[in-house]
Amino acid sequence: MSDPGIQPRSALGGMTFAGFASVRETGPVGMITMRAKNLKSLGKAVKAAVGTRVPAQRRIEVAGDKACAWMSPDEYLLLMPYADVSGALGAISKALAGEHHLAADVSDARAVFRIEGDSADRVLCKLCPADLDRLAPGEVRRTRAAQVAVAFWRQDGGYTLVSFRSVAGYVMGLLSHSARIGSDPG
Amino acid sequence: MSTRLAKGGRLIDRMAPVEFTFNGKRLRGYQGDTLASALLANDQMLVGRSFKYHRPRGIVASGPEEPNALVNLGSGARLEPNQRTTTTEVFDGLEATSQNHWPSLKFDVGVVNNYAARFLPAGFYYKTFIHPRPFWKHVFEPIIRRSAGLGKAPTTGDADHYEQAYAFCDVLVIGGGVAGLLAARAAADAGSRVILLEQSATLGGRTVVDETMVQGKPVDAWLSAIEADLAARDTVTIRTRTCGFGVYDHGYVLADERVADHTPGDGRPKHRLWRIRAGRIITATGAIERPLSFAGNDIPGVMLAGAVRDYVVNHAVSPGDRTVVVTNNDSAYQTALALKAAGLEVPVILDARDSATGALPDAARAAGIRVLTGRAIAKVKGGKRVTGISVCAQAGEGAVLEEVPCEAVAMSGGWSPVVHLWSHCGGKLLWDEAISAFVPDPARPPLNHDGSAMVTVVGAAAGCLSLGNILAGFGKASGKGAIGLPDTCQTPDGSVSVPPVWVMPQGAPIALRSKMWLDFQNDVKVSDVQLAAREGYQSVEHTKRYTTLGMATDQGKLSNINGLAVLAEALGQDIPQVGTTTFRPPYTPVTIGALAGEARGEIFQPLRRTPMHEAHEKSGAYFEPVGLWRRPYCFPRAGETHEQAVHREVLNTRENLGLLDASTLGKIIVKGPDAGKFLDMLYTGVMSTLPVGKCRYGLMCNEQGFLSDDGVVARIDEDTWLCHTTSGGADRIHGWMEDWLQCEWWDWQVYTANVTEQYAQVAVVGPNARKLLQALGGMDVSREALPFMQWADGTLGGFPVRVYRISFSGELSYEIAVPASHGAAFWAACTEAGKALGAMPYGTEALHVMRAEKGFIMIGDETDGTVIPQDLGLDWAISKKKTDYLGKRGQERTFLADPDRWKLVGFETLDGSVVPDGAYVIADGTNANGQRNVQGRVTSTYYSPTLKRGIAMGLLHQGPTRMGDVVEFNTVAGGTVKARVRDMVFYDRDGEKQNV
Repeated sequence: MSDPGIQPRSALGGMTFAGFASVRETGPVGMITMRAKNLKSLGKAVKAAVGTRVPAQRRIEVAGDKACAWMSPDEYLLLMPYADVSGALGAISKALAGEHHLAADVSDARAVFRIEGDSADRVLCKLCPADLDRLAPGEVRRTRAAQVAVAFWRQDGGYTLVSFRSVAGYVMGLLSHSARIGSDPG
Repeated sequence: MSTRLAKGGRLIDRMAPVEFTFNGKRLRGYQGDTLASALLANDQMLVGRSFKYHRPRGIVASGPEEPNALVNLGSGARLEPNQRTTTTEVFDGLEATSQNHWPSLKFDVGVVNNYAARFLPAGFYYKTFIHPRPFWKHVFEPIIRRSAGLGKAPTTGDADHYEQAYAFCDVLVIGGGVAGLLAARAAADAGSRVILLEQSATLGGRTVVDETMVQGKPVDAWLSAIEADLAARDTVTIRTRTCGFGVYDHGYVLADERVADHTPGDGRPKHRLWRIRAGRIITATGAIERPLSFAGNDIPGVMLAGAVRDYVVNHAVSPGDRTVVVTNNDSAYQTALALKAAGLEVPVILDARDSATGALPDAARAAGIRVLTGRAIAKVKGGKRVTGISVCAQAGEGAVLEEVPCEAVAMSGGWSPVVHLWSHCGGKLLWDEAISAFVPDPARPPLNHDGSAMVTVVGAAAGCLSLGNILAGFGKASGKGAIGLPDTCQTPDGSVSVPPVWVMPQGAPIALRSKMWLDFQNDVKVSDVQLAAREGYQSVEHTKRYTTLGMATDQGKLSNINGLAVLAEALGQDIPQVGTTTFRPPYTPVTIGALAGEARGEIFQPLRRTPMHEAHEKSGAYFEPVGLWRRPYCFPRAGETHEQAVHREVLNTRENLGLLDASTLGKIIVKGPDAGKFLDMLYTGVMSTLPVGKCRYGLMCNEQGFLSDDGVVARIDEDTWLCHTTSGGADRIHGWMEDWLQCEWWDWQVYTANVTEQYAQVAVVGPNARKLLQALGGMDVSREALPFMQWADGTLGGFPVRVYRISFSGELSYEIAVPASHGAAFWAACTEAGKALGAMPYGTEALHVMRAEKGFIMIGDETDGTVIPQDLGLDWAISKKKTDYLGKRGQERTFLADPDRWKLVGFETLDGSVVPDGAYVIADGTNANGQRNVQGRVTSTYYSPTLKRGIAMGLLHQGPTRMGDVVEFNTVAGGTVKARVRDMVFYDRDGEKQNV
């Protein structure tokens, strides 16, 4: 076991920006990428890991601080508190024993941002070729922000956006530029 | 002189004066002025010089079609060249300078070209400067470049910021005139989500100037009502100052919003580029008035009739006390009436038609204006401004019947519908005889993915030149959900008909034709196009390029139709037979800043950083790009060159301890019952037999057999492997794996996950490597517990780690993977614990040197897409037992299986020097091109600080059979370097150092 005194540090250490909408990197979030398809125990595994149903196509199921997002026909992204990952991996492994799947900890491979405020969608509309007016409740959108891959969904009056960790600084730069005071396109 | 009228001006606010400068002169205008209207209000008729002859140029138009009045706007970090004064809103503190003049606007040396105009005919550049060849580069080009050119390029970075944004709608309406507003309302009524774009700051288009009543209401009241109606709807977005400039496939439209051009420095983005995806596009882009071709039609003071009307009505600007109107259609009579209403004189209306009998001519006559039909302008008099005209018969050859003194000329040659956006994606045109113009052919629209019309044109853009006709078509929706748009304007009423008048007078001799400007900016005259026709040019596209007609920054908005009509006449063809040049986006110039959007400075491109990046920056690392990653090349200390730093890093690693940030290394999990089989296909070696806990080096080839990537594979458990790839190859190889799994071997039970960024990876390298790990404390890393080419999970210094005992340097080496969130802390812990052991970080260059000393290949150095593993002596890594792997068949092709290929060997220079990068091994004789024959090339070459001499690897014809031979490399400086062929391993051939 690792030393409990050693704390994980997210890519940007919780950096924030206040513009016409607010932007913040959330700090470490537990994430598991799970690849599986047509498994009889898939529902049980997701339930055991994050307490939600298996999401339908392009949807995210949220239960408190945990969630499961549909990523592709054979890929899901499970979200949870950082410390819960190894327990969740264990639960998946147990539920899917003997069934072909892959579950891997990707908590540290990602960066998570929150974009909040009444004009949050106008920050994203400058970066993502996504029709935000048509984004359904509980819909997760895999797209790009300028030149890098991201996924986002609407949650708690704002957006949660996930990118790769190595480009967290770039994504923060993009979001900050887009949220500059005076640049709300209305 | 042009001046401000005492009354009127619908757009200006006389309570809000502004001050601006033109060529340093302080001038005053009002809020609501364009720069053009403000200049005219200050009698600044001369605003620039033409491109070729440096002729004086004044304001011709009042919109984006303006060819002449371009200025350098702003200064320093806000300098923008080629800004059209007619679309620039004036603001307090605006600075403008005229362009293309030297030494001054009033006195221009280049005007000498004017007198030499007879020596500068069409195709002059092609004809004159082609011989003698060297003269172009050294004599002609420098002179032409100095005298030509428009605005000044800025010399400093742009102080402003720009952005882009995406928008989606069912219906996009481009153009906010009456037709556009009605189309937007019709679309909204049908339940559509609508965006309406208007290039100028206000809605209403020409109607607000040209008409008094719309649908029974005063025009301003009508406009306010429909604006309010649209603004009240959630489903409608109106964006003014936003020019839809390009239509692309699948309903994709680009538009440029001039957010803060008129409020510089207020913190808002200067421009915003909209990237709009529309279900359907409606263009309501209006029409542009055409000039008439008469001698001297380029002299400042000669303006389009509609523009004169705009300036009088919108800005209360008089072009001069006396304005002569010359026309071939009724619309220009409105100008005469507007001038008269403003209390100005119209000495005469010259109408090229034999009779003028409509309501407008009658109104003009009733207002006491002298109307002469069948008359034309023989010549405009004046130099830097108009002083008068001479009248002649349109049917004749220019014999002067009368002289009329005047300060301005308002001309109208008819109207050309703005069909650009319709045509961008292939919408076809028809020639409409009634209005002498190309109009969209509704039977041949640009098509959507489903074959439906992607663009619909309404209003004047559809050739519908009268308000009555425009209004008549709207509001008749054909069914539920359908949008009530008019059919095209098939029956224009007589008031808008335009007979063809392409040259004025029709029999003008060469002396007049060579003073009739078609393209004002590029100085193309009627005589130039006629000359081109005589010289055999028949295609309008060729003529355009030969004469430069329509190739200026205005893209021929005024000149194209007149030019091709003159060409058609010269060729004895019909205008539709000659056709138009191709309409391409952008409709108006778009500043590069808007196209770049947010992508500049820090966010020019994504920069990938490892978790230790910040620590490296603090250590003063010198970075190099590796893909989008930035990796430390070396860590120079005070006073050290990069080369010295690299040498120190190599020696210290070999003697003590080096630390390398290897986080960028690709890491891909491959898992499943068929994972072993899958990896055996992907790699040339066998991975399925690798025992759990062990590592194996592997090579990947493409189907052609060429080496594509390499790395160490670790067996994690019974059905899980971890594949390391090169830093630059991680995404590509992951994609390659998924490609095979999804498209070819879709029934194999294998999943992959790219976990490259999940782990920070630190290579701990050198004789003290084990001591460092022991100092951190935790898992057993002894030779017995963790032998070479094995891995183990555990903790070190309290961090959860996976330790791989692998070496790319030839030293005792551990690569330690730690979750990225602990990467920086773990690096710091290693640095701290390593102090007592002589630890120093090393960069990619030391890594390269050390791997070269060991004879290890590097993807991208030893490989270039034409090299197979066998060329590199890697036969040992290719399984002979496997029936297949990707690349096996390719490698069996005769050329690749040929023993006569260039193969990898080591080289050691006889004098100890370093072979230059990229050098070839020369052979006897020369090839068919007279170049020296070659028999090999260097692939890696370094100074080895360990061996204190130059070392190299390279491909050599039949290399491995030529050990001990001395060959010669060419050098950049000339001469050659002699080197002895040897094996590739320069250092610790038996591998004892890594195996302790």
